Amino acid sequence: MKVLKKLVDNIKPTFSKGGKLGFLHSTFDAFETFLFVPDHVTKKGVHIKDSIDLKRTMTMVILALMPALLFGMYNTGYQHNLSIGGDMTFWAMFWFGFLKVLPLIIVSYVVGLGIEFIAAQIRGHEVNEGYLVTGMLIPLIMPVDVPLWILSLSVIFAVIVGKEVFGGTGMNIWNPALLSRAFVFFAYPSQISGDKIWIEGLSSGQGIVDGFSGATPLAHAAAGEFDKMPSFMDMFIGFIPGSIGETSTLAILIGAVMLLWTGIASWKIMLSTFAGGILTGLLLNAVGPEGSYMSMPAINHLVMGGFAFGAVFMATDPVTGSQTERGKWIYGFLIGVMAILIRVFNPGYPEGMMLAILLLNTFAPFIDHFVVQSNIKRRLRRAAVK
Amino acid sequence: MSNKILLRKGLNIPLKGSAINQIARSISPDILAVKPTDFKGLNPKLLIKEGDPVKAGTPVMADKKNPEILICSPVSGIVKEIVRGEKRKLLQILIESDKRQEYEHSTAPEIRKNGSAEQIKSALLSSGLWPLIKQRPYGTIADPAKEPKAIFISGFDSAPLAADLDYAMKGDFENMQAGIDALSKLTHGGVHIGLHADTFAGSPMHRLERAKIHVFDGPHPAGNVGVQIHHISPINKGETVWTLDLYTLAAIGRLLIKGTFDLRRVVAVAGPKVKSPAYIETLPGMALRSIADMADTTSEVRYGDHVGVRFISGNVLTGDNVGVDGYTGIFHNTITIMAEGNYREMFGWIKPLRAKKFSISRSYFSWLMPNKKYNLDTNLNGGERAFVVTGVYEKVLPMDILPMYLFKAILAEDIDKMEQLGIYEIIEEDVALCEFVCPSKAEIQDIVSKGINIMIKEMS
Repeated sequence: MKVLKKLVDNIKPTFSKGGKLGFLHSTFDAFETFLFVPDHVTKKGVHIKDSIDLKRTMTMVILALMPALLFGMYNTGYQHNLSIGGDMTFWAMFWFGFLKVLPLIIVSYVVGLGIEFIAAQIRGHEVNEGYLVTGMLIPLIMPVDVPLWILSLSVIFAVIVGKEVFGGTGMNIWNPALLSRAFVFFAYPSQISGDKIWIEGLSSGQGIVDGFSGATPLAHAAAGEFDKMPSFMDMFIGFIPGSIGETSTLAILIGAVMLLWTGIASWKIMLSTFAGGILTGLLLNAVGPEGSYMSMPAINHLVMGGFAFGAVFMATDPVTGSQTERGKWIYGFLIGVMAILIRVFNPGYPEGMMLAILLLNTFAPFIDHFVVQSNIKRRLRRAAVK
Repeated sequence: MSNKILLRKGLNIPLKGSAINQIARSISPDILAVKPTDFKGLNPKLLIKEGDPVKAGTPVMADKKNPEILICSPVSGIVKEIVRGEKRKLLQILIESDKRQEYEHSTAPEIRKNGSAEQIKSALLSSGLWPLIKQRPYGTIADPAKEPKAIFISGFDSAPLAADLDYAMKGDFENMQAGIDALSKLTHGGVHIGLHADTFAGSPMHRLERAKIHVFDGPHPAGNVGVQIHHISPINKGETVWTLDLYTLAAIGRLLIKGTFDLRRVVAVAGPKVKSPAYIETLPGMALRSIADMADTTSEVRYGDHVGVRFISGNVLTGDNVGVDGYTGIFHNTITIMAEGNYREMFGWIKPLRAKKFSISRSYFSWLMPNKKYNLDTNLNGGERAFVVTGVYEKVLPMDILPMYLFKAILAEDIDKMEQLGIYEIIEEDVALCEFVCPSKAEIQDIVSKGINIMIKEMS
């Protein structure tokens, strides 16, 4: 520890303003604060500060993503094994998935953090920790077979257009991770829809078992093939095709418990999103004709596709979500409602969660506006009644 | 008990070193500072020069805009030095005590019983006690030309390690009562005193007459007068209220009873770095040197680095880092001594336990030990970042105010929004806890201070 401190102290002047590599000052600072909590003390205002900082907050979110990531790796191998009719062991399946998923994570972080560092350098800011979470979210909402160059492009798009043009972390309107997925969805639709892309190796057509489709439960549901859908339990635990991190509702719920326990994600948003989803599902059940998508058990919606993942990790993004406590209820609820409506009534795309969250991201400031106005009105009324 | 007001939001920061109810020493300062910077809104004009003799109660400064408002020396002696800073800004007037403590004569006792509002006002102005009365909005010196809607006094201080005012004011009941009698003539809205539910029954303030007692329950900032006003009778646009602390209330009483400008008070010396935290009797403006020996200055190593000691006039949320060579502020009831945080902790942000650190976040485990007291230090515990997390400030601000939106309105210098969102109701101390809990390490009190300055400039 002492040696490391000395080393940092020795090379610090080189990277400080006026030093030889002074232009890399933000980058150096990022690494230094990664190693050591800085020795900065309070200057004005309060003399003591809570020990929470953004690094720790973001770390907690990443930890909460771990169950979904690990299950995603395993499921990648499991689905592949299923498609080729192989007899891989548990560890073989996990290892197979690990090797497939790891490059996606590395590419996401290298490309995204690279841009973040450059942006911080240009602005002369410290590097923000926001991308640590975004960089993990992006691979988790991609199909495992997404080509690395498309992934890179989507990361570049998400970070530059989604975040930096608005002024960086804390200023963006849309969730950057979802924006990356939306980018792939609209720019390279064939890479993110259809039945072949969700399972490793399926699109290249290697030795598939006869009759194996690879379609996600959402695709089955949209096509009206309810008899082909996996059981509720399979969907809940996650033995279904889908984006890497989204399939296991169970693993996502473990992450949700961590986020709610630490208080990092808003329980109001999470709860109201699930409530919006299930209530819309039930409403459709009540009015929908027998055998139609509308009549599918509402609870299935919550375990299919990206609903749970979106509700737990995406809708709760504090920057792009509603920022008032009352607004959070409305915001979450409408995400749940919209996601189900898009799923059931939009034949073009079986998954509604991404579009629902992006849509409500857009309207979050609008919702907040009404909450703020009601606060202002209440305060004015107080003056009048006196 | 009239009407108990329960405040659920807020936070008591569990800091080690609270003062025990005992007077450790009585200090007659050799040298004492009068600081114009203590008074918000004061534009000081010097009335004395170096070498002049002064008595306790001799005016040393006046406000340029309102020359009736006088700042007086709390001690008798000679003016030793006039300290100026950048651009010749007046920082402090140092007065060397002659240890005789002679007082300027005041005619105030003659008006104690039957004085009119005007007579009381002018007694307060000429005695030098006036500038200790603040007005809301903004927390500036009260404007003598305006009648306030009401006068508010907080009967307890809920800030971390702040003095127990029941103890500190123990011998001042009569003075406080005389103060209330006088103040209640200055407003038609009455004098309101806020007490805490846990202690109000045993508090001497409970027995004060001609004041309206309000009982509050809940953690800090329940003791902030701004929070109390918000729940008793919130300040709307165009309204003015006055606030003062109990020391000032007692000093007003003393003026009316004895005719002296006597600011003697009992304050707490507390904090993790005080050897035996207790109270001292002193005058405001005292040099911290005179209690330096109460501090534990043995060299301490935290996370491999040597850390120093910080001397704060005031509490850890709103006090001033004046240093051991500095002087106490006139509105402070506590001197806090604690460790500096100039160390680098390796991978601190990711360590799971960090048992020495306190956080309201459950990503640490301090919530498991609600009774543990911490030896905290001044480390920022992170770097300054953009606002990211939401819903945190709301947890520690027990007011019907949307803090994040108010702060953003201030940053955008949007006067209409600031007004609508509640700038009239808060001053810096009310948002100090927001600053403490902020994961982005934003300087919230500084932001609010700027907002208030903008409002004062635009509205005058």
